[in-house]
Amino acid sequence: MTSIPLGHILLLAALLFGIGLAGVVTRRNVLVMLMSVEVMMNAVNLTLVGFSRYNGWTEGHVLAFFIIAVAAAEAAVGLAMVLAVFRLKQTTYVDELRLLKR
Amino acid sequence: MTGEQIMFYLLGGGAVVASAAMLLPPMGRNPIHSAISLIVSFFFLAGLYALLSAHMLSVLQIIVYAGAVMVLFTFVIMLLNLGPDELQDTRITPSRIAAGILALFVFGKLATAIQLTTAGAQAVDLNDPGFAQFGTVPEVGRMMYTTFLVPFELVSVLLLVAAVGAVVLAKRSLKYVDRPEPPPAGFEHAAPESTEDAHAHGGGH
Repeated sequence: MTSIPLGHILLLAALLFGIGLAGVVTRRNVLVMLMSVEVMMNAVNLTLVGFSRYNGWTEGHVLAFFIIAVAAAEAAVGLAMVLAVFRLKQTTYVDELRLLKR
Repeated sequence: MTGEQIMFYLLGGGAVVASAAMLLPPMGRNPIHSAISLIVSFFFLAGLYALLSAHMLSVLQIIVYAGAVMVLFTFVIMLLNLGPDELQDTRITPSRIAAGILALFVFGKLATAIQLTTAGAQAVDLNDPGFAQFGTVPEVGRMMYTTFLVPFELVSVLLLVAAVGAVVLAKRSLKYVDRPEPPPAGFEHAAPESTEDAHAHGGGH
């Protein structure tokens, strides 16, 4: 038994997801947008861990582990793209990246 | 209120405050401050995972997220030498208001669904002998290498591809990146042999 209500765990995860979503859609700095995506992934992980705790299933932990691995891969590729774009345009603001050509 | 609940609300509140501080003006204006508050938020989340008996994930959260991913982020921010954002980045514009309303709407919908579906949920008793290993490294690792062996191997291939892709993307000698302007017409025909050799062998600088 745990004394933490499942609803509160999920509400916390939903709140974190909302914060991450707000960050992705309001901020224009691509690095901060990537960081907001990480917050959203962590919110999903928290949901999985909460459900695992309530059901006693370890599968949720394994799925959360896979999400962490995919997030690491996404961060590596995303930051490499940011570096390549910065070299081309000297900016990290998505508003100024309107053209596919140089 | 039990100690478990107090810890949950403290850690959860800390995670929310740290995540919000990442975006809001006092800290959110400077990308490096955003990254640091995000690291703090990840530590709070690791505490939450430990509280929910996900011991292995709690450690992985610190090693992979706070240790690897965020080091990469701070490294890139410092490499690009990004200063504080201009004031224009914290202006309130109609599109931002709409975006905020969208985020609030998504949260509201999720909260409603959670309210409707989780009433009276009962957790399993982890003191039960069947759950003695719940969330520990042996238990999660055993499942990872038996039931989830194929996805696990696929993820390792994914990470390899991502690492190679990141190196290729960030390499300095991408064809069109370093060249200040396209070569004049007829460049290929006029070029002396030595230049063609250098292109053929080096493929760049």
